[in-house]
Amino acid sequence: MRFVAIVKEDCPTCRLAVPALAEMRAAGLALDVVTQDNPAFPDSLAPRHDADLLESHRLGVEIVPTVVAYDDGGAETARIYGWNTAEWRALSGLSGLGAGLPANMPGCGALNVMPGVVERLALAAGEINLHSREIAVADDADPHEVAYDRGWTDGLPVIPPTDLRIARMLTGTKREPDAVVGLIPPNLSPLTVEKAAVNAVMAGCRPEYMPLLLGAIETALEPEFAMHGLLCTLAFSGPMIIANGPVRRRIGMNSCGNALGQGNRANATIGRAFQLIIRNVGGGRPQEIDRAILGHPGKYTFCFAEDESDPEWQPLAQARGVPAGKSGVTMFHADGVTGFVDQQSRTPDELCRSLGMQLWSVNHPRLARWANAVLVLSPNHYDVFKAAGWGRAEVEAGLIQALKRPVETKLRGYDGHPLGITPEQAEMYADADGMIDKFHPGGLYVVRAGGPGGLMSAVIAGWTGGRNNAEVRPVTRALTEE
Amino acid sequence: MASYTMRDPTAETSAVLRERRPPPAVLAGKRVALLSISKERSDEFMDALEPLIQAAGVETIRFKKPTHTKPAPEAILQGIVEQADLVIEALAD
Repeated sequence: MRFVAIVKEDCPTCRLAVPALAEMRAAGLALDVVTQDNPAFPDSLAPRHDADLLESHRLGVEIVPTVVAYDDGGAETARIYGWNTAEWRALSGLSGLGAGLPANMPGCGALNVMPGVVERLALAAGEINLHSREIAVADDADPHEVAYDRGWTDGLPVIPPTDLRIARMLTGTKREPDAVVGLIPPNLSPLTVEKAAVNAVMAGCRPEYMPLLLGAIETALEPEFAMHGLLCTLAFSGPMIIANGPVRRRIGMNSCGNALGQGNRANATIGRAFQLIIRNVGGGRPQEIDRAILGHPGKYTFCFAEDESDPEWQPLAQARGVPAGKSGVTMFHADGVTGFVDQQSRTPDELCRSLGMQLWSVNHPRLARWANAVLVLSPNHYDVFKAAGWGRAEVEAGLIQALKRPVETKLRGYDGHPLGITPEQAEMYADADGMIDKFHPGGLYVVRAGGPGGLMSAVIAGWTGGRNNAEVRPVTRALTEE
Repeated sequence: MASYTMRDPTAETSAVLRERRPPPAVLAGKRVALLSISKERSDEFMDALEPLIQAAGVETIRFKKPTHTKPAPEAILQGIVEQADLVIEALAD
């Protein structure tokens, strides 16, 4: 029988237990004392210093003092932690052990499980093996500059992806690091969870963002999203992530004031990590295969959450098939944000007609069935609908009605201007009353977000690729990992 | 000896650039594939281009992607490789 006791001087319970440990030694028991902090604690027991904490880590110590008992073959037979007179006596076989000590005193947290330490130790112990190529940074070089020089960034600084940061990022997902999330276009390179974590580190993500990031990637890789086409398009669009469900609050996303703007870490970095993965793993880089004429700032990052604070409003993900209570992600091919300012409409009808005027400008007011769009309805505009008892279904139906236009006004050549739809398209799309819709069926996505204080909403125009709605569609999926 | 290391965020396919094939010295006797990417007016562009090429005594053969939003299917790529010596891929709007 042999014993190992792990202690630290900083722990009052460890200090309390020193006389008992001395009694065990004095009784002739084979006892090693391992100290986590002061190499000389306790002086009287000739401790061994676990300076790198690896011994504690391998032992799986969480609380000090911990005493582990081994049989003669070296197999662990029992372990106790904290101070409990009866347990210590049973373990040691010394019936009078610790006489005079209190009957029970809880231990303290071990140093090897302090925040941030576990992953360092797991790396040192070889429990986490990263497979991405190791890039040595010369002593006089700046890691940030190395990242730029290697073409890894979107033009903004990135967090250098060190082993420790990657290991911590991997704690955010239950998936194995070498599991393949999907093939990233344009090069169709496999994205492992580890590679996603490397890019998430660079983007500035926290580990808990990983399920949403990986869910967004998986959603965007659905064939109908046409991620390849989106990343190489001439048009403005880039991938936009809309989050719904419990994940929004769990990771602290912003769906309120400035929801489409800067300042929230989750919103900012998840969209950025997505784009870094497209760039670094897929090889989709601007002025190479990304042929955007202009692009837009949302191609750095474009991610926000829907405001689900009103139970009467059906969230977007639920409207698109994700069960209530589940987190969902919607991927949309997004141009930039266009402000919609209407401080005058007071009825749903007025507001729908007003929104209809703005929504017809998506891509161009003379182009019909040409792109999808997201309408981000702010709280004060939503109030106009809500006061009349309107929910999602009524708002969507009202907008569709308000978006009908006489088909001849959208034809090429109408009013002496060449831009417009062809006679064939007019024939295909006009209804019995000679009216045409702006969007394909289901092509307008209404979400709630934003802060109060003004009657302003936002229109986010979609990709021109959306005109081929049989092949290119926004996609919504439930997160596979909550 | 570097004391600081990072991990490569890329697919690590950094590979060797392939040399471009040299352009043909003469077009005579070659066959040129005209690949429409199926964007609006791609065909119109090809229709205008094709007679110009043929007038120079060069044979043409037409191909068309099913959609411009996605990469060309393998069958089309193979068809071009099998049946043509050169390819002109047309973008149009």
